[in-house]
Amino acid sequence: MARIDLSAIRHSYMPRPSVEADYALKQVDHSFLDGGAYALLGPSGCGKTTLLNIISGLLHPSEGRLLFDGRDVTDLTTQERNIAQVFQFPVVYDTMTVYENLAFPLRNRGVPRDEIDRQVRETLALTDLAAVAQRRARGLTADLKQKIALGRGLVRSDVNAILFDEPLTVIDPHMKWQLRSELRKLHRRFGFTMVYVTHDQTEALTFADTVVVMYEGEIVQIGTPDELFERPAHTFVGYFIGSPGMNLLPVEVEGVQARFGAHAIALPGAVRDVKGPAELGVRPEYVRLGAAGLPAQVRRVEDLGRRKVVWLLVEGQELAAVLGEDEGLPTEPRVTFAPEGINLYVASRRRALEAAA
Amino acid sequence: MSSGIGETQGQAVPARSGRRRPQHQRHSLTWLVPTLYILFLMLPIYWLLNMSFKPTNEILGSFSLYPQNFTLDNYRRIFTDPVWYWGYINSLTYVVMNMLLSVCVALPAAYAFSRYRFLGDKHLFFWLLTNRMAPPAIFALPFIQLYSSVGLFDTHIAVALAHCLFNIPLAVWILEGFMSGVPKEVDETAYIDGYSFPRFFTKIFMPLIASGIGVTAFFCFMFSWVELLLAKSLTSVGARPIASVMTRTSSISGYELGMLAAAGVLTIIPGALVIYFVRNYIARGFALGRV
Amino acid sequence: MTKTWNNKAWFFVLPVLALVAFNALIPLMTVVNYSVQESFGGNVFFFEGTKWYSQVLNSERFRAALGRQLIFTFTILAIEVPLGVLIALCMPRRGVWVSVCLVLMALPLLIPWNVVGAIWNIFALPDLGLLGRVLNGIGFDYNFTRQAGDAWFTLIVMDVWHWTSLVVLLAYAGLISIPDAYYQAAKIDGASRWAVFRHIQLPKMKRVLTIAILLRFMDSFMIYTEPFVLTGGGPGNSTTVLSIDLVKIALGQFDLGQAAAMSIIYFLIVLVFSWVFYTVMMRNEGEGQS
Repeated sequence: MARIDLSAIRHSYMPRPSVEADYALKQVDHSFLDGGAYALLGPSGCGKTTLLNIISGLLHPSEGRLLFDGRDVTDLTTQERNIAQVFQFPVVYDTMTVYENLAFPLRNRGVPRDEIDRQVRETLALTDLAAVAQRRARGLTADLKQKIALGRGLVRSDVNAILFDEPLTVIDPHMKWQLRSELRKLHRRFGFTMVYVTHDQTEALTFADTVVVMYEGEIVQIGTPDELFERPAHTFVGYFIGSPGMNLLPVEVEGVQARFGAHAIALPGAVRDVKGPAELGVRPEYVRLGAAGLPAQVRRVEDLGRRKVVWLLVEGQELAAVLGEDEGLPTEPRVTFAPEGINLYVASRRRALEAAA
Repeated sequence: MSSGIGETQGQAVPARSGRRRPQHQRHSLTWLVPTLYILFLMLPIYWLLNMSFKPTNEILGSFSLYPQNFTLDNYRRIFTDPVWYWGYINSLTYVVMNMLLSVCVALPAAYAFSRYRFLGDKHLFFWLLTNRMAPPAIFALPFIQLYSSVGLFDTHIAVALAHCLFNIPLAVWILEGFMSGVPKEVDETAYIDGYSFPRFFTKIFMPLIASGIGVTAFFCFMFSWVELLLAKSLTSVGARPIASVMTRTSSISGYELGMLAAAGVLTIIPGALVIYFVRNYIARGFALGRV
Repeated sequence: MTKTWNNKAWFFVLPVLALVAFNALIPLMTVVNYSVQESFGGNVFFFEGTKWYSQVLNSERFRAALGRQLIFTFTILAIEVPLGVLIALCMPRRGVWVSVCLVLMALPLLIPWNVVGAIWNIFALPDLGLLGRVLNGIGFDYNFTRQAGDAWFTLIVMDVWHWTSLVVLLAYAGLISIPDAYYQAAKIDGASRWAVFRHIQLPKMKRVLTIAILLRFMDSFMIYTEPFVLTGGGPGNSTTVLSIDLVKIALGQFDLGQAAAMSIIYFLIVLVFSWVFYTVMMRNEGEGQS
């Protein structure tokens, strides 16, 4: 297992990129620590698969270096980098049995026969595939095939990292949960470096210790699931994570106050050198309904069982609030924001609020 | 295998740019294989073109890689002789008739094979295919008798019908492949939405397999256009195909070699035009809808 | 896809059935009829039972034609299938050159068969053709109208020229349907070029290759026009394959009974071979669904 360093990686699919928009990956500097479980989260086309393929060596980056444990591997082939990758659609060798599928990467590397057998048997037991070992791979279900693909990575005990490219896309919902927890278990037991690409926030947040959120070819935030939720560094993270996403209100900052239409909202702290237009970000979970605050109209209520989402109209601006299932809705609701849930964004980036002195 | 790979497929293609690492460059000579093959394909056609622009005395008198005395006489003679150009019209007439006929009757049959199981379906399908296997030479003589007895001898429709023998099985086979690629839920949704079968079939289903219909028509055109034995046997004067007119000239003596070459060039042109129009569907079409 | 059982589907098949039956069954009955009778001109026929059949099966001439036919068919299959696969593997997958390659390669498939014969006749003429001139120029004594070996060589090269593209197009269609992830996984697993071909490309091409072999087998077994125009079955009988012999007997000698019996035997041979291919192909498809 290895630490993976990305140093000023840029990539474009065009032969001669000129403007910034030509780059699928704008600029990525990041380190995946040895033994960490990372998720690369972002919408389709944000460059996360590109980044994954650069790590695995399927793509050569236009610019920048890639280091495994400090060693420059940018110009090494996929095989020399010794990584494993599980793809979106299960890739199995149809004509081979499950056993032969797992043995394939070892045979290609000229591992001695009895060593292959030992490792394949071990991996078969690990992935619960022992029962189907002698079956042909083509007739198996999607989740078993995906396990075979994973097994082909695990069978090489010396892989530097295991990469996952949306591996649960074609798996039935109830199997998704099971596969994911098995993966967690394997990770805890063997501690390999894992990078998991997904556009599903639940998958990312439940799988990874550290989530890397990507947007339009850039990393916009790296953090624990908690940090992403409480302190989104970018308005995109606020919008993309959470359901519904973060409320964003256009405001004018004036000292420790934000002016929203005719109303003034008190900020929990001051911001230095911010004046004028900005955006106030408040998660629906921190929107409070009561007798005081901004007057609001209720547009509609979605009952989600354990909680309710109330869609409000405040100063012509749509706003979501989350209420517990037992909380009542005031007849003439007014809106306030819990101070710990207020974030301020200028040009989409979060600005820290300093405690009022 | 599903094909909606989306993001992954579009991005992960190693671009053929100059920045690839050395390991990929060993493939860089692969272009030579198709190039040499195409060269091999084009040489005889070039020679045909070359001959068609030469006057007879040059063909017989000297050997040259290109026409020394370039002439269009051979083509001029063809276009001024009604026997020749009527040959073209005859050929195209029965080819188009056969194409329409084959596709129209094969559509419902292919639908039945792709959607339903019925008594004897597998045997019927195989029996249809056996007709694709029947050597036309076997049928030449009985065809003459059959079509003479129903009074269709030497008509376009006779050739069009006779070519159905091998084109319909092929059309059913190809269309069945494309139709099986359309999920059955499409049919069921349409019925729930209150579509009658004919309306569903023409308004919803046929547009979905439009490329399949195109490919089928292409194959029918191809096999009807290139076939000569039956077309020649079933016609004498009235509906004589171009290919048959050509055999009149195909003596190896060399006297008419220039004109034979010109006629050959002219028979290649309709095929070339058809290929050009379907060029973007060829690869997918040959996969016959499901692989 | 699960299919519903519905015998009304027969109505959809009826038009096809009527047309094909008209074209296939009536002539086939005619042929069967001839094959068991003796005719002495006019309309006088005598029932002869299996006389023609035993005569055909015992005739040296039929066996020789069948032998030539089998040699021809298996030679061209042995050349065209591997060559076609090789060319398909080397073709570009994307870009403008794909269309150019496909259009040029498909061209021979759309040339009328007698024109194919004529093209090769002109191309291979020992004195006037490019091929003949070049071969004679570099020291071969080449003349396909006089020497059996040369006639065979020309016939086979012509068929390779004419039909390899069909195999290429089918194999190529199979290849481009393979998702990129398979190649990427193979790279990660450290697979060699051969292993990629053996375990990824070949299995995915299996179905289209079966179709290619089936089509090429059927069509090469009934080849008539091209050799007829090119060599006329000669020199001597050296390139007289089954169809040419059949037409010679039926139209040349007007030996209807014998020609009909030969037709039936000929047809049955094609049928049996094709049935074997067909069942193999269907079994492969069944495996895929289980």
